[in-house]
Amino acid sequence: MSASTPAIDVAYLARLARIQLTADEETLFTGQLERVLEHIAKINTLDLSGIEPTAHAISVFDVVREDVVGESLSKQVVLEQAPHAANGLFVVPKVLE
Amino acid sequence: MKTSPFLTIAEARRLLVAKKISPLELLEELETRIKTVNPKIKAYLSWDSEQARKDALEADLSKPLGGIPIGIKDAIVVKNAPTNSSSKILGDYHAPYDATVISRLRAAGAFPMGRLNMDEFAMGSSTENSAFHPTYNPWDQTRIPGGSSGGSAAAVAAGMALATLGSDTGGSIRQPAALCGCVGFKPTYGRVSRYGLIAFASSLDQIGSLTHSVEDSALLLNAIAGHDPHDSTSLQLPHEDFTSEIGRDLKGMRFGIPKEYFVDGMEPGVRAAVDQAIQQLVSLGAEPVEISLPHTEYAVSTYYIIVTAEASSNLARFDGIRYGHRTTQSTDLLSLYEKTREEGFGAEVKRRIILGTYVLTKGHHDAYYLRAQKVRTLIRKDFEEAFKKVDFILSPTSPETAFKLGEKVLDPLKMYLADIFTIAGNLSGICGMSLPCGFSKRDGIELPVGLQLLGPSFEEKRLFRVGHAYEQSTEWRHRRPSTL
Repeated sequence: MSASTPAIDVAYLARLARIQLTADEETLFTGQLERVLEHIAKINTLDLSGIEPTAHAISVFDVVREDVVGESLSKQVVLEQAPHAANGLFVVPKVLE
Repeated sequence: MKTSPFLTIAEARRLLVAKKISPLELLEELETRIKTVNPKIKAYLSWDSEQARKDALEADLSKPLGGIPIGIKDAIVVKNAPTNSSSKILGDYHAPYDATVISRLRAAGAFPMGRLNMDEFAMGSSTENSAFHPTYNPWDQTRIPGGSSGGSAAAVAAGMALATLGSDTGGSIRQPAALCGCVGFKPTYGRVSRYGLIAFASSLDQIGSLTHSVEDSALLLNAIAGHDPHDSTSLQLPHEDFTSEIGRDLKGMRFGIPKEYFVDGMEPGVRAAVDQAIQQLVSLGAEPVEISLPHTEYAVSTYYIIVTAEASSNLARFDGIRYGHRTTQSTDLLSLYEKTREEGFGAEVKRRIILGTYVLTKGHHDAYYLRAQKVRTLIRKDFEEAFKKVDFILSPTSPETAFKLGEKVLDPLKMYLADIFTIAGNLSGICGMSLPCGFSKRDGIELPVGLQLLGPSFEEKRLFRVGHAYEQSTEWRHRRPSTL
């Protein structure tokens, strides 16, 4: 890896995240995010052996409710928000040939 | 009767109950004020005059918040109203249901009045990341109101709302409250249901209030707190009256001053105002204790790893299929996703999704995300240790007063550092408040300074007690922006 290789491959990550970026955005974000990564690398200076990770500040486990049918939004109400719906279904581009 | 645009909820309730004003008159005065002031401040994105009038006419004054209109951050869904989280990607989305906090406000007799501007998906500290327009600070319209709940704070500070709801992921209620000169309150994580809050970082997001007084914050928390079966992270806790300790004195209370929060580089006027607030608390009978929160310097790094990781996952739902914007330029499913998200998201949102994707990819997950979660444990423990010695912790809310529009937009890292004093509170889940504690002269203009009080988890009542005692012993709450 040469010294000029960016620490972050923005084009690859954008593909993973399903966001199309312009070439200008790629360049801009690469520079900005490299600086952010430099800053956040600070946590690498800590010895974290034996420390448990925290996912939630106040953890609650196994939250279950009684298994009864509750009210939910009707299909019609949900589909009213869809950018494209027909015959009671979301319409999407063809997925299978 | 003509009322002051800076009426508190408690004062408005007294007038309503005494029949000196009707809910409709109160609403009409508010709407007139919004029409006059909002073009200068641009805190509101829109409001539904007709629906609000209906709600005012039907208001039940026997309820605790009967007849009180509340402004709502655009991240919280209100049935049949547009909700966008100040993003283009939600298109003309109209929420098909009320967020739990909205149902609870209604159950307490209040009603939503207006959508308030914010940084897109709550990502920002200046409200400049709104896809619609910036919001201007009521004290100086060349400056930002803070963010992300900048609209919610500016509306209160400009006398365009009795109170508003916001959300706080890393300081998004407290920092704009400080920069606009109002009271901002973030409850303990799990105290208030997040159902109907458009998710940014689910392990950190919490809904809270922006108000003219500490008492109003407690009144609003009374209405919105409590377990909700729709949010499994909302906690089952016994019901309490959050106003019950308001009015008690501070004798014998100990407060911590974290040495890591009082370092060089702070705006001198902020430092002076906070030092003066410390003396004021001492004169009220509280005792200062120097404490240490040793992992403070790692908080910003930890926060931006966790927050972007969670955001990249949460925002995957905006794909142009089920609601919101869909591109017209796609040729297949993949390009539909990619172009919809390119057109719909602003630069900061894209940046954070990319960073979040990076810290979660194979090879980086353990080095960044897992390590950040471990540092989060250390930050949480810092507070647990501190609260063994003191009843509450005091600091500035922000190291500086309101900065100029455009000043930090091109430097994301600089913007991220604006939250330096508030984010540890979210990482550890504790409750926090910002309240006005004076003014700092910046470029010849007096700008509000915020005092941050942090309390242990579930000790909101204690913060209201301290905040109210301080607030009533000072005159800051009577100062109004002269530019309006």
